[in-house]
Formats: sequence, C-alpha cells, structure tokens
Amino acid sequence: MRRIRAAAVGAVTVSLLTAVTACGGGSSTGGGSNDSPKTLTYWASNQGASIEVDKKVLQPELDKFEKQTGIEVKLEVIPWPDLLNRILTATTSGQGPDVLNIGNTWSASLQATGALLPWDEKNFTAIGGKERFVDSALGSTGAQGQDPAAVPLYSMAYALYYNKKLFADAGIAKPPATWDDLVAAGKKLSGDGKWGLGAEGSNPSENIHHVFVFAKQHGADFFTADGKPDFANDGAVDAIKQYVDLMAKDKVIAPGNAEYAQNQSVSDFAKGKTAMLLWQSASANLESQGMSADSYGVAPVPVQSGAPGTDKQVNSIVAGINLAVFKNTDNVDGAKKFVKFMTSDEEQKVLNTAFSSIPPVKGAQSDASFNAGANAVLKDTLAQSAVAMPQVADESQFETAVGTAVKDLFADAAAGRPVTTDSVKAALEKAQQQMPTK
Amino acid sequence: MTTAAPAEAAPHKNASGSAEQTPRFRRPGRIRRIALPYLLLLPALILELLVHLVPMVIGIVMSFKELTQFYIRDWGTAPWTGLSNYQVSVDFDAPVGEALLHSFFVTIAFTLLSVGLCWLIGTAAAIYMQDTFRGRGLLRALFLVPYALPVYAAVITWVFMFQHDNGLVNHVLHDQLGITDKPSFWLIGDNSFVALLVVSVWKGWPFAFLIVMAGLQNIPKEQYEAAALDGAGMWQQIRRITLPSLRPVNQVLVLVLFLWTFNDFNTPYVLFGRTAPQAADLISVHIYQASFVTWNFGTGSAMSVLLLLFLLVVTGVYLLLTSRGRKTADV
Repeated sequence: MRRIRAAAVGAVTVSLLTAVTACGGGSSTGGGSNDSPKTLTYWASNQGASIEVDKKVLQPELDKFEKQTGIEVKLEVIPWPDLLNRILTATTSGQGPDVLNIGNTWSASLQATGALLPWDEKNFTAIGGKERFVDSALGSTGAQGQDPAAVPLYSMAYALYYNKKLFADAGIAKPPATWDDLVAAGKKLSGDGKWGLGAEGSNPSENIHHVFVFAKQHGADFFTADGKPDFANDGAVDAIKQYVDLMAKDKVIAPGNAEYAQNQSVSDFAKGKTAMLLWQSASANLESQGMSADSYGVAPVPVQSGAPGTDKQVNSIVAGINLAVFKNTDNVDGAKKFVKFMTSDEEQKVLNTAFSSIPPVKGAQSDASFNAGANAVLKDTLAQSAVAMPQVADESQFETAVGTAVKDLFADAAAGRPVTTDSVKAALEKAQQQMPTK
Repeated sequence: MTTAAPAEAAPHKNASGSAEQTPRFRRPGRIRRIALPYLLLLPALILELLVHLVPMVIGIVMSFKELTQFYIRDWGTAPWTGLSNYQVSVDFDAPVGEALLHSFFVTIAFTLLSVGLCWLIGTAAAIYMQDTFRGRGLLRALFLVPYALPVYAAVITWVFMFQHDNGLVNHVLHDQLGITDKPSFWLIGDNSFVALLVVSVWKGWPFAFLIVMAGLQNIPKEQYEAAALDGAGMWQQIRRITLPSLRPVNQVLVLVLFLWTFNDFNTPYVLFGRTAPQAADLISVHIYQASFVTWNFGTGSAMSVLLLLFLLVVTGVYLLLTSRGRKTADV
C-alpha cells in the first residue's frame, strides 16, 4: 500500500514539474509547419443571430471542405465580446487555432504582435491572387507598406434602417439624406414612448465607428499622418459633439440608449420602438427578431450635405471580418487551402448570403443577389463612400479609449448634464493621454 | 524548519531508552512516518507554487518591462524599462496615475462600506436567528442563497433589474413607490457606485452571517442566563457578552471580507463590462483595463505589484493591531 502511495505521490510530482518546465518553454517563433496535415482548428466570430445559427451555416461548408481535401476542420464560434481576449491569450501562449476570424479594424494592432502569417505575394498566389479582392476591403488588412496580416472574408457597411410604417404615420416621404434632415425627421417621430433613432451608447466599438465617420465628415482624423494619436483636434471635438448631441441637444435618441451595449437598439427597432437605426448588415438580425423584410427600408447613412461620396461625404467605415492564419500553425499548407476555399467565389456567395454581408471577392460580389435591396445600398457604400479605420498598431487601444470617452459623454447626456465643446475636448485629451507611450 | 527538532530528538531518546537492535528496525518506519505528512503536503505546495508564486514572480518581472502588443507574443524579448512603469503609475498629476489614484479611493470607499454593511447585516441576522421560531430553518436556507448562487448568474440578474427602461428597480422606486421623480440610471453615471455596493453587500453578507452564526454557537448559554439574572437587557447582553466573545471570529471575518471585496473583479466586470463608469471604477477592473484593454501589460503589472504591496501592508498592520489587542485582553 505504502509503496503504491509513494509511487502516486512521485508520479504527481513529476507530472507537475514537467508542467512547470513546459510553462517556461515559451512560444515558437517560426513560420508554421505541416506536422499535422489532416486537421485544422478554426475560430469563427459570431456573425449570425446566435452561435447555434453560425454553426448551422458553417458546418455543412466545413464538411464540404473535408470531402474535397480530407482535412477535418474543428470549429469553434466565439462571441464578439470574448474574441479579442481569446486572440491575445492565444498569441501569448502560442496555443491558438490554425485559422481564425479577426475584426478587420484590429488588423494593424494584431499585425504588430507578429503572431499572424503575413500574406505576401507567394501566399496570395496560393489562394488565387490579390486581384480577386475588392480594394476597399484590402485596405483593412494591416498597416500600409506591410504585407497584409489577413484576408478579407465578409464585408459590411453601415446603413440607415428605417421603419416604413412609422415614417408614413409621421408623414415623412423619404429617408433623411443629411443630418439636419435626420434631426427634423427624428423630432417628428419621437413621442408617445417612441423615439427617432437608436444607439448603443455603452458599447465603445459601436461608438468609435460612428464618431470616426463623423470626424471624416468634419475633415478630421484621430491620428496624424505619421500615426501619432491626435484625438482632441477641433474637427474631432465637433464630430463627437454632433453625435452625442443627437441625444443631448436634439433629443432624437432616447436617454435610456446611453446604457445599451447588448444590441438592445436593434431589438427596439425590430419592435417598432425606434424609427431609425444606424447599423451594419442588420437584415438577418432583424428578421430573426420577427421583423419582415418589407416593413423596413434601407438608405445610405446621412452626410452633412449633398450625397454620400469621398472625403467629407464619407458615411461608413469599411466594416467586416478578415480571415487570418496563426504563424505557428502545424498545418500551414492546409490553412492556406482552407482560406482559398472560404474565399472561393462559390463559398463567398453561400456565406455572405447567410450572414447578410457583402462578399469582398469581386467574382462573388458581381452576383445578382448582392445587387438588390439592402445589399445594393451596402455595396454602393463600400464602393463609393466607406473608409478603413486607422490602420495603426494602436487601433485597438484607440477604439477603447475614445469609444469609452463617448460612452461617458452619453452618460452625461442621459443624466441631463451639459455636453459642451469643452467637456468633449477634456474627455478626448484624457483619452489620448491614456494611450500607451512608446 | 520544525523538521529538525523531532528528527534530532528521536535518536537521542532511542539511544538512551531501548535495546540495541530496535532502532535499526524502527528508524526507517519512523522516518517514513515523519516524512509522510510532508510528502502529502508536497502536491499542494507545488500547486501553490504553480498557481500563485510563479505567476507572481512573472508579474513582478513584467512590471519592469515595456510590454505592449509588440512583445506579447514573446514577452521575454520586451526591453527592460527600469522603474518607468512604476513612475507612470504613481505620477498622480498625469492621467494614468490620476486615474489609478481615483480608482484606489473609489475602491477604499467601496470596500469600507461594503464590508461594514456585510458585517452589520450578517451579525444582526445571526443574532436574530439564535432564537428558535417557526420557519427558522427555511429562513436560514434562504439567507444563504446569494452565497450559493454562481456569481455570473446572480450579477447578470442584477444587471436586468438595474436597467433604466425595463428594470425592476426603477419600476419599484419610480412607478410603484414614487420615490424618484424620474427613472434613474444605475449602470452608468454616479449611481453606478450604489448599484455596485448593493450587489456586493447582497452577495457578501451571507458569508458574514454564516461565520458569525458559527461563532455564536461557542458562547455558553450560562453567561446570558447570569446576565439576565443580573438585569442586563438585550442590548447590554449583545454589547457585553456577544460582541466581545465574537472578537476572534470577527478579526478573521473582517480581514477575509476586506481582501475579497478589495480584489473583487467579477461583480464590477459583469455589471459594467470591460470599462466601468468613473464612479464605480474599482481597482481590479482598472488594472485589467490597463493590461488587457489598453494592451499595456507592463504598466498593468506595475499597478498589480503596487496593489499587492498595499494589501500586504494593510494585512500586516491589521494583524499586528488585532494580535496586540488580544494579548492585552488576555492579560
């Protein structure tokens, strides 16, 4: 008995010590291998109404890939709030998936970690060439002058979703084209527990997307040409004030929206509580919440004056999802085959239809189904009036710092505290000073 | 350290006491008997080393490095920066230090209030439950529900209740009782501190209740009977018998509650998400934000080390004061 006990203690000790030494091993720095050519792990971001919906869409496609190549793909769908942390953990430990989804605005930040396989000429050739992709989508794949850190998978753009019945009841003939129009329409639509426009005031990412577009419309940027943070310039301050004023001064956004961060504004719109919503590719989500496709219209996001276009008439970010390969994958050839499969014309049509997004691949985008209704608006926006978020290494921190400043300003507006040029400027200066210094 | 004494003492005894041959047979068994407890402790010690000490040492090393997104993949290669992460953290005129100091004061206020209320409610409930009455067992079980529920499930329920438009809290306070003029915001703005405190106390007091109730079992009934005979009322009995007798229990209880509350991460994180409102910016979430949201792991580590030092000092002073108090009380 005693001997067995001693042996057990010894075994536990040895295994623990092995674990300690393994911990200290660190991550490999190579460019991946083909040690495990028959399997791949894939972290997909949650695109549909739920994780189950995503699995139902993706699994048949992964089975198709296995049939073609004999490579089994193990799928994990990861909710948005967890995705960035999961990627960071995988980067630190070196124990990540082989292929993964990244939000395309994070491309440059994740590129800086050096954990992702660079898409040089040779790698792009392996998936059919760079020319197959739409230029605006390629603009969100990493810092300028460097090989892209990822390949575009789904493209999205913001659009103005409006409730046709509420518009008709208020006697508004067409969706607003400028912000002045939107405020005027919003005032007519607000009342009796209903509100003009919905917003996700406590979601820093959602905030940052909107204020970035507003900044572009004010001719401003949040970074200088050489990539230094410049958050509190006059244009940026005016832009953010204009956005928060939709609640604070114009009162077309319900104060309650200041604490929204779980897509409650989409539910409010689906239930007819708000008449307008600025969202990216909302169709699938709205329909899953019981709103029929003919009860709402989709129009371009308003601009300051005139019609959407380049420069000051920009009205959306180039939103979307990219596909990246972890540098230390054990199946680099298989991973490239998988990227080729997922970005093939045929798969692009299947996937982007299921997630109501736009294919970033030219061959699939020209398909007739992406040229009608909501898709046509999104496609035109992407082609003509959308710009990439700043492709700098600090992008992820910028999203949090400025997005949180806007969240706090919304909280002020909701509580009835004044939102002034000075208070906006102070919030932005503080956000800038909290950025890491190098 | 204590191993040496019995090991040395043992042969002495043997040599002087028993027959010549016995030590040869006995010694291996005795050594084994002496070593066995330590062997059994070994896995726990190694786990402790792995789970606490190794990460702590790594954290301290990280606090001297410039650890940003450029180096997280292979953090060993991050350049050394000396004390600069600490300088940034304690430069209270600059935003990072100022925010840390603000968060520190918020945490102190929150901890003192939360621990105080948890102790007060827990003690009051425990004393009340000493008397037998119908339904006592059921009530006691109900009291422990917040302690038994998984933190995430409990706190997310509070998030629903605190919502501005559809939450139960505003429904009761505004619609039913008419206490507030208009529905209040609980999850953003200044009220978020109150919301955090309510959830923390709700979650924490059953532990105080449980511990105090256990402490009360050890007070002899005769003391109360004698006091009652002498004409002491309920308050006098509580003040002169119950509280002094609970002193050793309370010392541990308050320290444990303090450390748990001060470091609580789950409650604010589930209530407010990755970035907490200013008024409820607890230090644990603040450090998380510095490390995992701003990707400035070096500064985050320095802040963690500073927090560790602070808690060590507080715990040390507390233990010193309470043990001195006990000594004088014993004398």
